[in-house]
Amino acid sequence: MRYLYYPGCSAESTGMAYDISTRALMEKLGVELVELDDWNCCGATSYFSVRELDSFAIAARNLAIAQQQGDEDLCVICNACYTTLAKTNRYMADSPHVREQVQGALKAVGRRYDGTKPVRHIMDVLVNDVGLEAISEKVARRLTGIKVAPYYGCQYSRPIGSFDDTEDPQTMDRFFEALGADVLTDFPAKLKCCGGMMMLTNATGAVRLCHEILKSAEDLGADVIVAACPLCEMNLEGYQPNVNKAYGTHFHIPVMYFTQLAGLALGIDPKQLAIDKQVVSCAPVLAAIPA
Amino acid sequence: MAQEKIGVYVCHCGTNIAGKVDVEEVTRWAAEQPNVAVARNYKYMCSDPGQDLIKQDIKEHGITRAVVAACSPTMHEPTFRKAAADGGLNPYLLQMANIREHCSWVTVDGEAATAKAKRILGAQIHRLPLNEPLDPIEVPVNPNVMVVGGGIAGIEAALKLAQAGKKVYLVERDPSIGGHMAMFDKTFPTLDCAACILTPKMSAAGKEPHIEMLAYSEVTEVEGYVGNFKVKVRKKARYVDIDTCTGCGLCTEACVVRKVPNEFDRGLSKRAAAYIPFPQAVPLRATIDPTRCLTLTGKKCKQPCLTACGPGAIDFDQKDEEIEVEVGAIIVATGFELWDPTPEKRYSYGKLDNVLSSLEFERISNASGPTGGHILCKNGEPPKAVAILHCVGSRDENYQEFCSRVCCMYSLKFAHLIKEHLPECEVYECYIDMRTYGKGYEEFYKRLMNEDVHFIRGRAAEVTDVGLSPTEEGRLVVKVEDTLLGITRRLPVDMVILSSGLAPRSDAKETAQTFGFGCSANGFYLERHPKLEPVSTVTDGIFIAGCCQYPKDIPDTVAQAGAAAAGALALVDNPTVNVEPTISYIDPEKCSGCHICVGLCPHAAIQYNEEKGVAEVITAACKGCGVCVAACASGVPQQRGYLDEQIFAEIEGALAV
Repeated sequence: MRYLYYPGCSAESTGMAYDISTRALMEKLGVELVELDDWNCCGATSYFSVRELDSFAIAARNLAIAQQQGDEDLCVICNACYTTLAKTNRYMADSPHVREQVQGALKAVGRRYDGTKPVRHIMDVLVNDVGLEAISEKVARRLTGIKVAPYYGCQYSRPIGSFDDTEDPQTMDRFFEALGADVLTDFPAKLKCCGGMMMLTNATGAVRLCHEILKSAEDLGADVIVAACPLCEMNLEGYQPNVNKAYGTHFHIPVMYFTQLAGLALGIDPKQLAIDKQVVSCAPVLAAIPA
Repeated sequence: MAQEKIGVYVCHCGTNIAGKVDVEEVTRWAAEQPNVAVARNYKYMCSDPGQDLIKQDIKEHGITRAVVAACSPTMHEPTFRKAAADGGLNPYLLQMANIREHCSWVTVDGEAATAKAKRILGAQIHRLPLNEPLDPIEVPVNPNVMVVGGGIAGIEAALKLAQAGKKVYLVERDPSIGGHMAMFDKTFPTLDCAACILTPKMSAAGKEPHIEMLAYSEVTEVEGYVGNFKVKVRKKARYVDIDTCTGCGLCTEACVVRKVPNEFDRGLSKRAAAYIPFPQAVPLRATIDPTRCLTLTGKKCKQPCLTACGPGAIDFDQKDEEIEVEVGAIIVATGFELWDPTPEKRYSYGKLDNVLSSLEFERISNASGPTGGHILCKNGEPPKAVAILHCVGSRDENYQEFCSRVCCMYSLKFAHLIKEHLPECEVYECYIDMRTYGKGYEEFYKRLMNEDVHFIRGRAAEVTDVGLSPTEEGRLVVKVEDTLLGITRRLPVDMVILSSGLAPRSDAKETAQTFGFGCSANGFYLERHPKLEPVSTVTDGIFIAGCCQYPKDIPDTVAQAGAAAAGALALVDNPTVNVEPTISYIDPEKCSGCHICVGLCPHAAIQYNEEKGVAEVITAACKGCGVCVAACASGVPQQRGYLDEQIFAEIEGALAV
């Protein structure tokens, strides 16, 4: 099993742990990831709100490179990158105008793209290509008794929903069930926006959104929140002190990339999963996993 | 072929046609075509003076064929054929050329429209000399009528027909008639009690000697044609002899299985396996639920119901029974289903307590319901605040695009009932638009605005139990954007009512197929014409009424039921009926007896004659759809009025211009 791999900008900075743990997890599962040559920013959020066509062109450059580099599907780990790249494909298919403009822009930099490179979320790859059964068989330390709040984030399945239900995604629930965890399947905040980039421009609003997600997880007695997006992870984990200050709460909930927790279940060394990079200590989670 | 004299009549249809098509030019051109004796145009051909033109020309110019270039034949072909007949011409010697729907309405350029109109008209001029005079086929009519569905629509239609002295078979799937209306507490906007106005009609239907009630029964097969239907009905076993049972309810009390979700209370209460669905049931007879009764599911039971039943009506050996009924007309009034709000996950229906569907709230507010008419949350406490969320499953591209028409009004009714029971309770109505279009509806809305109900314009985003403040803790929170204030709000409430839309019955498609008509894109039964024939279907003699056609309120349902009854009566009150002669025929000399057409005929109008070894068309059953004509490998079946040479002539005519 082999995929082209698009890490995304965050994977080189704040989301480094996501990239590191993804590579370790996929290696353990025998999935080969070939990093995309000379990739650029996907063009997410800020671009898209202001100059949509430009951001399609930026995203399409990655897809053009992917199409040239290999026949494998393009595997993406960040929710925002995934949505942006997949959306570019969709718009190029649906709108001749967008297709023409994007192709024109690519031509100016000597690239070509027909709009058909399959873009896959890493969870899609894990659940549908590797398969839950195969993953379950490789479990070294079942996550028995660990209460996992699966936090999908707003762009995991919306708006495209190609591999899961748009409004009620289930794949992450099934994934952690396969690893033996006690999944909080009715986690009501699982699709709530974390505030995203707004944390930098309107912190009050973003902190309010994080508060609701953290409260919801705590009400259900979550031991850990797992995320599938670098921005979600950073907001929910790194801004807990800000939430506590604003709302008089005492949150200290471990938040991990889902690849990190999955890696632990497969018996990968915590160091290889960059668990030490987490802000809120994951020691209680590590201690609670049965040996 | 003798020289035919064709009259051509080009209609302006006001500006509908003349606004695009140069009718003068088309008329001038038509006059030059072979066989055309007279060519005229007129502002409205369908008006009396317009029709008179045809009659006059038959008399004065001796025209032997006519073509009217106007609207679709489904609109006015009968009008003009009748005019021709009145003038002394066989009606089937008149053709329509559709230059409105097929031409002026759908063509942007006037010159192109004029050219196209000539081709459409030319096709008919070219085929007319080949038309044969045809005579309508007369068949006898069975005077009895079947009404399928015992809700308010079916009851009303059955009563009207019975009043006219017709024998009516009223078929109902459930153990009692009454339908959804029997579940309601009050009816908007007058607030009369639903039971008070419905039960007299139910009881009248039960007692009416002309009505034969077939409750707990389902139609399985419909054969035949207008005036002569044969309907198979499966009478499901009640395991109670309906003539002996007195409806005393002692078996219900004695039954040991007590935890069956009560359908009539939408599962909010429990019933026994031996049950009478509700106190006013008609027929007031017990039914034993074969899926829950211990004896009928093969388990051990001391059968206390047998001891309790004085008249000895219980019969565990009863079997489903199939009967065949002959009727002249059928009214299908099979109603709707409430749209199940479960897929709308954001509203947490089925997940969180006290998130109710509208029908559940109907039962909670009903004196005969699970709480005895007291509006209570699941914990037995009255709510301090209730939110009513409009347009759940309606006006939503993800589910049903249409407006269900009744939800705004029943939501207002709910608000009123809550305020009446619990004056201190805060009531929020979260709506997209208020649609209060009926008689007295807007006034009712105004009244509610003065009853301290909070109206919030905005579709609710979410219902959650994650409270973020002390006032929200332990309660439900509705998140909604108030689009009038331009803010998002969090409404802490104790009960949420989801004003679900009306959906077609889950088996509507199969039912429609059984009766030989279709469904609209939204799943409701398709009427023959949305405006002018709202209760007729494509199958002559089969009518529809009520919410099976489209969501509607009780007044509209009752009106439509009356219209369907009138439609049925207008048919069965005649000893005979004429059916269209444009049907297919099979030349026995040419038929090889291959059977292909027999299986393909959607109306079961072709039978195989074993003796002669050929297929034969049942004249009265054939609808003239042409399937057999197209399917036969040897081209044997031919459809009158659409003979091969006539169609080829049309094509030549269209291409000749």
